[in-house]
Amino acid sequence: MRMRTIEISVGGFMLAGVLALLVLALKVSGLSLDSSNKTYTVSAMFDNTGALKPRAKVVMAGVIIGRVTNIELDRHTYMAKVEMEINSKIDNLPLDSTASIVTAGLLGEKYVGVSIGGEVDYIKNGGRFEDTQSAVILEELIGKFLLGSVNKDDQ
Amino acid sequence: MTGLSERLAQLGRFGLEHVQSIGRSGVFLFLAIFSRAGFSNRFSLLTHQLYSIGVLSLLIVIMSGLFIGMVLALQGYNILIRYGSEGAVGQMVALSLLREMGPVVTGLLFAGRAGSALTAEIGLMKTTEQLSSLEMIGVDPLKRIIAPRFWAGVIAMPLLAAIFSLVGILGAAMVGIDWLGIYEGSFWSSMQSSVRLVNDIGNGMIKSLVFGFVVTWISVYQGYDAVPTSEGVSRATTRTVVYSSMAILGLDFILTAVMFGDL
Repeated sequence: MRMRTIEISVGGFMLAGVLALLVLALKVSGLSLDSSNKTYTVSAMFDNTGALKPRAKVVMAGVIIGRVTNIELDRHTYMAKVEMEINSKIDNLPLDSTASIVTAGLLGEKYVGVSIGGEVDYIKNGGRFEDTQSAVILEELIGKFLLGSVNKDDQ
Repeated sequence: MTGLSERLAQLGRFGLEHVQSIGRSGVFLFLAIFSRAGFSNRFSLLTHQLYSIGVLSLLIVIMSGLFIGMVLALQGYNILIRYGSEGAVGQMVALSLLREMGPVVTGLLFAGRAGSALTAEIGLMKTTEQLSSLEMIGVDPLKRIIAPRFWAGVIAMPLLAAIFSLVGILGAAMVGIDWLGIYEGSFWSSMQSSVRLVNDIGNGMIKSLVFGFVVTWISVYQGYDAVPTSEGVSRATTRTVVYSSMAILGLDFILTAVMFGDL
């Protein structure tokens, strides 16, 4: 009888541990079971990526449609080449869509915002955003602002 | 001159003793893991050990997890509210629990609660010559006593760490959402958008598995290697807790550097 209680409680313990892992996986990491959705790769060249990091999200109209996979410097143009994978359900981005690096809030993370263009043809797998807008560097803005106000005082 | 050579000999003896002890514990571990247990009741032996190591540790793990989660939420809220980003409390709590606090604190509690008990039990068995009696009747104490305890520790530790993290996150949700009034949606969504299954949960589980392995190894070895007197057992128990805690914290740094260092 005593052995039986021990067995039951051990079984309960193992089950609780596995369940805890499952809940962590599903609820906390936001893993949905159909996460095997397909993506396609698109790249974009930026003058300055600011502090964009791999795994940053790619957003259109406030909806996440993909994420950044790789950022590297192009040796020839000295520009940053940002590769991102886009959900293949969104396969109708016009060729002249604009990719810009924006910041969520004042202190928030950087992400890539896509605004829609007007072309009839769509960007394909391995394609590239021709039109890009670099990150706004807050320090540069502050610098310009300070410099401007100092000059005004001098006059 | 003799004084110098005596010193040198002391140093040598010290080094040899320690290397010997490491070697002994390695051989000991190898024998405990890879010996085929010939007992028909080996699962009931394992079940018994899982009960005393895992189930009986549940209470302290759940209580600590709950309070640590609640405290993390409170502290994070106090700082993040200044920047108006109190929704990030969920992310902060989940990441710190899954990556660090879960495995490390569970490991420390495990060493204190289960590891010391293992050492004391095995050390006392040695002191009262139960281990030698087992050998006398032709039962290998490594298989009968050590192996089930070792495996029970290795199995129980990741489960305990998972329960700890989950309870901590639930505690944080309780304090953050119900008490401090963080918006529920941003609490969970900031958590879900930042926690990765393999990078965070998986690596946390690997950490807890490693800690479980090391802590149980240290515990059973210290018990088995204890000087068979009451003082020796008490020393061995102390050593278990000290060595386990140091091993957990040191290994945690190394594992973190390997897992998250290049981010």
